[in-house]
Amino acid sequence: MPSLLKEEYDILIVGAGHAGCEAALACARLGLNTIMFTVSVDSIALMPCNPNVGGSSKGHLVREIDALGGEMGKNIDKTYIQSKMLNVSKGPAVHSLRAQADKKDYSQEMRNTLENTENLTIRQGEISELLVEDGKITGAKSFSGAVYYVKAVVLCTGTYLKARCIYGDVSEPTGPNGLKAANHLTDSLKSLGIEMYRFKTGTPARVDKRSIDFSKMEEQFGDKDIVPFSFSTDKKDIEKEQVSCWLTYTNEETHKIIRDNIDRSPLFSGMIEGTGPRYCPSIEDKVIKFPDKDRHQVFIEPEGLYTNEMYLGGMSSSLPEDVQYAMYKTVPGLENVKIVRNAYAIEYDCINPRQLLPTLEFKEIKGLFSGGQFNGSSGYEEAAAQGLIAGINAALEVLGREQIIIDRSEGYIGVLIDDLVTKENHEPYRMMTSRAEYRLLLRQDNADLRLSHIGHKVGLVTDEIYNKVEYKRKMIEKEVERLNNTSIGANTKIQEFLEKHNSSALKTGSNLAELIRRPELDYNMLKELDTEREELPEDIIEQININIKYEGYIKRQLKQVESFKKLEGKKLEADFDYSIVSGLRREAIQKLNLYKPLSIGQASRISGVSPADISVLLVFLEQYRHRGIKN
Amino acid sequence: MKEECARWHIPLKNFLYGDFMFKADTIAAIATAMTNSGIGIIRISGDKAIEIADKIFVSVKGKKISMVDSHTIHYGSIIYNDNIIDEVLVSVMKAPHSYTKEDVVEINCHGGVVVINKILQIVFLNGARPAEPGEFTKRAFLNGRIDLSQAEAVIDIINSKNEYALSNSVRQLRGSISEKIIKLREILLDEISFIETALDDPEHISLEGYTDKLSEVVNNAIKDIEKLIEASDNGRVITEGIKTVILGKPNAGKSSFLNALIGEERAIVTDIEGTTRDSLEENISIGGLSLKLIDTAGIRNTEDVVEKIGVKRAKELAMSADLIIYIVDSSKDLDDNDYEIMDLIKGRKYIILLNKSDLDLKVDMKKLDILDKNKIINISAKNNSGINIFEDRVKEMFCNGEIDFNNEVFITNARQKNSIINAYSSLELVKKSIEDNMPEDFYSIDLLNAYEELGMVIGEALEEDLVDNIFSKFCMGK
Repeated sequence: MPSLLKEEYDILIVGAGHAGCEAALACARLGLNTIMFTVSVDSIALMPCNPNVGGSSKGHLVREIDALGGEMGKNIDKTYIQSKMLNVSKGPAVHSLRAQADKKDYSQEMRNTLENTENLTIRQGEISELLVEDGKITGAKSFSGAVYYVKAVVLCTGTYLKARCIYGDVSEPTGPNGLKAANHLTDSLKSLGIEMYRFKTGTPARVDKRSIDFSKMEEQFGDKDIVPFSFSTDKKDIEKEQVSCWLTYTNEETHKIIRDNIDRSPLFSGMIEGTGPRYCPSIEDKVIKFPDKDRHQVFIEPEGLYTNEMYLGGMSSSLPEDVQYAMYKTVPGLENVKIVRNAYAIEYDCINPRQLLPTLEFKEIKGLFSGGQFNGSSGYEEAAAQGLIAGINAALEVLGREQIIIDRSEGYIGVLIDDLVTKENHEPYRMMTSRAEYRLLLRQDNADLRLSHIGHKVGLVTDEIYNKVEYKRKMIEKEVERLNNTSIGANTKIQEFLEKHNSSALKTGSNLAELIRRPELDYNMLKELDTEREELPEDIIEQININIKYEGYIKRQLKQVESFKKLEGKKLEADFDYSIVSGLRREAIQKLNLYKPLSIGQASRISGVSPADISVLLVFLEQYRHRGIKN
Repeated sequence: MKEECARWHIPLKNFLYGDFMFKADTIAAIATAMTNSGIGIIRISGDKAIEIADKIFVSVKGKKISMVDSHTIHYGSIIYNDNIIDEVLVSVMKAPHSYTKEDVVEINCHGGVVVINKILQIVFLNGARPAEPGEFTKRAFLNGRIDLSQAEAVIDIINSKNEYALSNSVRQLRGSISEKIIKLREILLDEISFIETALDDPEHISLEGYTDKLSEVVNNAIKDIEKLIEASDNGRVITEGIKTVILGKPNAGKSSFLNALIGEERAIVTDIEGTTRDSLEENISIGGLSLKLIDTAGIRNTEDVVEKIGVKRAKELAMSADLIIYIVDSSKDLDDNDYEIMDLIKGRKYIILLNKSDLDLKVDMKKLDILDKNKIINISAKNNSGINIFEDRVKEMFCNGEIDFNNEVFITNARQKNSIINAYSSLELVKKSIEDNMPEDFYSIDLLNAYEELGMVIGEALEEDLVDNIFSKFCMGK
């Protein structure tokens, strides 16, 4: 006889990975009675792949999560073992923060936070069925038969649904790290009419540190002057001795072994059905995709402070165990390597995210939200970002408040979600800087200025933090204005200063901002000319430099955003039937009826809808709606 | 209206109207051509039209406009600061029985240009704002007032873009210009993609030495665009306008008429018949409306080989014209050549100009019976008289939808030329970024702008102000 247990909660979260944690915390912090299910309480906030958080464009996501009141940034600040700002030789738009984590510590810290959050209940168990009545979620059932009546559910199942781990011809029906897979929920979802995809991803081997010859590798240090992920972390509080990573390379011998054994890869034998990420490729993929490259990077990264396991970044694989050994041993420094855990590919069920609104609620099932790899993304940060938005919106819905949508001009989170729900996505989606068209405005350094007000309005950002951000904004504006209005004459003192800094002499009078605009000068250097200035904190100075130096570019991006906003502002009715619009091509009608975009802007990004289709739609709507008002 | 969109559980108000919210403000403009004839109509449309009329107009019979019946005309004065500005007739058309389906008041003034303008300013002072070109028509369209064919014509124009983007035949029609733009866009897109891929995968794609290559690409693209701009200045890109063909017998005064419109001696004008042997083209603007005027060799049966080709060409041109202007020498009677022309233009859009009104009328008007009498205008190209009436008639025909757009009106126009110029400026900025040693990730901002601007020329990029742009093609005051 199944369990007779029946309980009531406001919101139920399925999964305790990076998405589930953010969702659960957001709901509980907004005062809702929240229960979070995980197949294993020991695997809360598990990092089953790379031992780091952030990196190119992902670092942006973490800072945005923080600005909105999420947890990931704070958690990595507490548990990092190395921190580095990437791409500093490029423009500020692509600077990206990345920190190595002590995996165990990361997981434990997050668990600690969850366990000490009011309104939050953690339960080990598998949710096997969703209860839906009249297109509205009413509850969920666990495998044990217990029923939980709730007002909203957030699905963050990650890579666990019908998961299978594969290397060579070995296939194990488990989730990552040998954890139990969740085998029952998929059927319930399918019976609700939800369209499922099958994706795959992979991870490299973990090896024993004692078997590595580091003398053949390049040491990769952390930054001396670190930047915390969270805008509310004081860097002085988290400064610590950092550990190193190591860089080595594959070679022709490695590639030959891979090529010779490629027929033993489960991808080639057809054993793997799922589609893998193009942008996070296995070493097999890289060797085949770039036949001309004679080497690929391999980063050796510690899994934590209290373990000898090291992660072989860049060499994920699903080749058989013996081939893995053979190829790893060709890499300089890894000649005598001992594998602790094999590399493997993992296959799992996820959804076609087209079924979601940009709020991450299912279009057809009220109260059902989802985030993370379940939505077809890849990566911890992408997962956390969606989990946070899904959690916030689930909570806002239960509270009867207006939900939030971050748009493409406001944050990478907006780009991520819009891409997922609007564009055809046939592989795990990875965040990249190139996906953000307004990159120069969406910098990692200004995430607080961009998003804190939204987090504050939602209720996850405290008044204190919000006021601090607004004060910062004012200080920046004030100082930029002062610099623009402070004239300087072409006097001897100035010319000497310029000469000293290899900057061309002034021909006429100018102002301080003009000097800052020169590539060879910056705000701090001008201190001796600018006697009236107040002492300002570093983060404000950074904003002043960026705003002045790149003013022209920023203005042009703002203009692009203006056009974008106009189209986003043209709202579409969600249940509009596009087949009544004469002049639309059939493909466009079909796509628009399928995606049901919320704005002209979103409609324009659907593949198969051309600019001309949008023009037809614009004219039609203007006439249609205007008549609608009159009648 | 439904309170909630049932299926998606989101309050409907969140989805409704946004920017589409119709501006219910009141607009005004001079609805007739500004001439020195002294007569002009000021048209006011919107919720405040009647209120404004009552504020500025005092009827002789002491009636308030707000109290009178719709579709009535009232005589009285425009008063401003206790002074009489002009004696006028005011007609009232109440919503929804007006052109715009809004309250419309028209003030018929006769005090000359200065006075008309002054009254218009008074109207503005009392709460109307200047109408944008085509705004009355736009309101008529939005309110469902314009007949279906005209609304469809608007949609068709846009559809033609749709087909245009898809069909190769249209692309060929448009010739090398769009091909050049497509090519340029491909080149720019390649560079954008390369930069972006390199940013995403710095391990495998290096940007080392790339700026030199990009410089070259950008410089070449700038040169190509310069050529396009140059071409458009020569009128080769801007083939905009209603294709208007001038027909008539030799020496009927076609070239003189053309000169009267343009104001310069472009066509060779002599008193010897048949001096215009090939066709001449000229773009002119009539009240914001563009005409592509094509002067043809006179039509007559001839043995002269060169002239014969010219005549054949004239006939072909007439077949593809949006509007035909048939010039008749009114000082001579009609002959077989005229009948040939009349046959040619029957059932097409035309205006008949009885030229040489300064001389005695010799034409037997009965013989023109097979043509529409309403389309006959007396002019004297030599004395420049009647030209204004002609201009008004063309505008009227266009704004009534009698003359169709041809597709090219929409595809190539000044705004699109502007896009080409914007693309040029964006590429100049890329050049500057390279010179300034900016990091590569900055290049894409302006490269993308150039790409988008070029896309607008060929209809492959979005124009957020599309609807406004269409109606801006209509005439001011319409």
